Amino acid sequence: MDANILETTLVTKIYSSAGLSVRAVDDVSIKVRSGEFVALVGPSGSGKTTMLAILAALLKPTKGQVYINGNPLASLNDSQRTRFRRENIGFTFQENNLIPYLTALENVDLMQRLNKKQSRGHRHRASELLIRLGLEKQMTQLPAQLSTGQQQRVAIARSLVHEPSVVLADEPTANLDTERANQVVRIFADLIHEEKHAGIMVTHDLRMCQYVDKVIQMVDGKISRAISDQEDINLLARTSEFDILDLPASEESRT
Amino acid sequence: MALYLSLKEIWRNKGRFFLFSLVIGLISVLVLFTNGLAFGLASANKEYLENLNAQLLVFKNDVDYSTIESRIEFKNVKRIGRIDGVSEIGPIAFSNVKLVFDSDLVPIDVSFIGVEPDKPGSPPVVLGKGLRSSTGKITVIDRSVADRANVDVGDSITIKTNQGDEDKFYELRVTGITDSQQYFFRPSIFVKLPTWDRYRPRSDAGVYSNQPVINVIAVLVDDLSVLATLPAVISEIVDDVETADIRTAYESAPGYSEQQNTLNTIQGFTFLIGTLVIGGFFQIQTLQKIPQIGMLKAIGAPNRIVAGAAILQILFVTMFGVTIGALATLGLVSGMPANIPVVFSVNSVLNAVVALLLIGPLGGMVSIRLALKVEPLTALGG
Repeated sequence: MDANILETTLVTKIYSSAGLSVRAVDDVSIKVRSGEFVALVGPSGSGKTTMLAILAALLKPTKGQVYINGNPLASLNDSQRTRFRRENIGFTFQENNLIPYLTALENVDLMQRLNKKQSRGHRHRASELLIRLGLEKQMTQLPAQLSTGQQQRVAIARSLVHEPSVVLADEPTANLDTERANQVVRIFADLIHEEKHAGIMVTHDLRMCQYVDKVIQMVDGKISRAISDQEDINLLARTSEFDILDLPASEESRT
Repeated sequence: MALYLSLKEIWRNKGRFFLFSLVIGLISVLVLFTNGLAFGLASANKEYLENLNAQLLVFKNDVDYSTIESRIEFKNVKRIGRIDGVSEIGPIAFSNVKLVFDSDLVPIDVSFIGVEPDKPGSPPVVLGKGLRSSTGKITVIDRSVADRANVDVGDSITIKTNQGDEDKFYELRVTGITDSQQYFFRPSIFVKLPTWDRYRPRSDAGVYSNQPVINVIAVLVDDLSVLATLPAVISEIVDDVETADIRTAYESAPGYSEQQNTLNTIQGFTFLIGTLVIGGFFQIQTLQKIPQIGMLKAIGAPNRIVAGAAILQILFVTMFGVTIGALATLGLVSGMPANIPVVFSVNSVLNAVVALLLIGPLGGMVSIRLALKVEPLTALGG
């Protein structure tokens, strides 16, 4: 069994404004092992993006702890967090992933530059990943010359190039058609498994869950269920209507 | 890393940045041109007084230091010369005449200045000899006159002057050439005082003197510490005079301050416009890049890289723009008619260029602050 790379204990995030407070994330404890790919699903407002921001060291929880490779994020100051993200976390966002004036290869290599890894081997890894993601001919093209799917694949390459412990993706398939979405997430999953990253993907699209090892569903900031059995996951992926979880949370689930 | 990002962005958006550099270039042209014009006009007005070999000028009392209005009896020259602390004195008399030519050259208006040879007020010659000679029919002329009239040392020039109701023509032999001696927007020619008194425009041609009434007296001191007290001593010993330092004297010339203030105001406004234009451009660019900056910060780019890239970009664009502007100004001025008095001095051009280079970062400061304040969380749409 691979070791836990990412672990949270009773993480809570409360937003307060004008006397009202909202528990966006409520006592969430999760563990992700090396080489494990987890989908974080839930309706809009369920707290999954807030949870992702906390895991990414972009947001500090109100309560609870986040450990990555056994290190508590709470002990880091702002500049240490920036450095921590640069070295240990890979990101794919829903949009605005790429720097428009850098080519596909330069965008991927950007992570290596930020981490001052500029040996031939490091540069080779950037182009190798792009080839692996089917972008051999697009390496010198600017983002504007690439399709949305190709752009997302470049972003995936960038999120993996510096061999981070944790790879996070926020709705990576939101702007893709079904075929492209399947292709992108499948390659993403393969690379996470092969290279032993701990991967977490926030998604609306339950069909994408067929490529993950665990599905964590959040409702109103809490984990409503976690599915690890592959058959159950496949069943969920096959039978779910697209965007079904994007419907407002049911009255019953509100407390 | 900051350098890499800023250069890549400029290179891949060459057209946009080039156009913007052109705008900065045009602002630079305006600033440098105004600067040259201010310097040129000032020089044309004051060059002779500024280059005078003296620290003080004595004027008649209550004439607002106007060299034309001032009249001083010649006997006072000697009295001032005897005052303790005064090293040398030079009486100076101003008038205007026309240089006329046998050829079809257009007559040149010149300042006709009477001085005592080798005394303060007598210009240093760069070619030929000074005015020390037994004959009075000699002159030292400004290089600009020599160039325009195409005369050399040893040649003769003819001046036209009006005495009584007649036009009179006098011939003077050029004994020396001096440099940078314009006064009241005219190049100057210098003669000995008796010659000046004889040839100057006047109502009566018959009367002239070896000791004419002069306009001002230039005073040279060796020990600068007496400068503070000397004016009071002069006023005490000589009736009806007052003393000014050289700077006060040329700043009191009619229109001098008004002209300089006008041009300085234009220059100031151009700087202000430049700052706002550069500020506006980079502000809009940063606003457009907020999602991109958020993403960069989210993936771990520290603020110093984000700010560094922004500052370097502003510096590169400004430097390129100012260079274009400087070259364009040079081209513009070289193709300009000689009667537009645009003159560049190394110091004032350097000051203007440094100021132009500073308005970039100054204008861009708001956008850099904006870039620094972008939260990495915006990458997640939050």
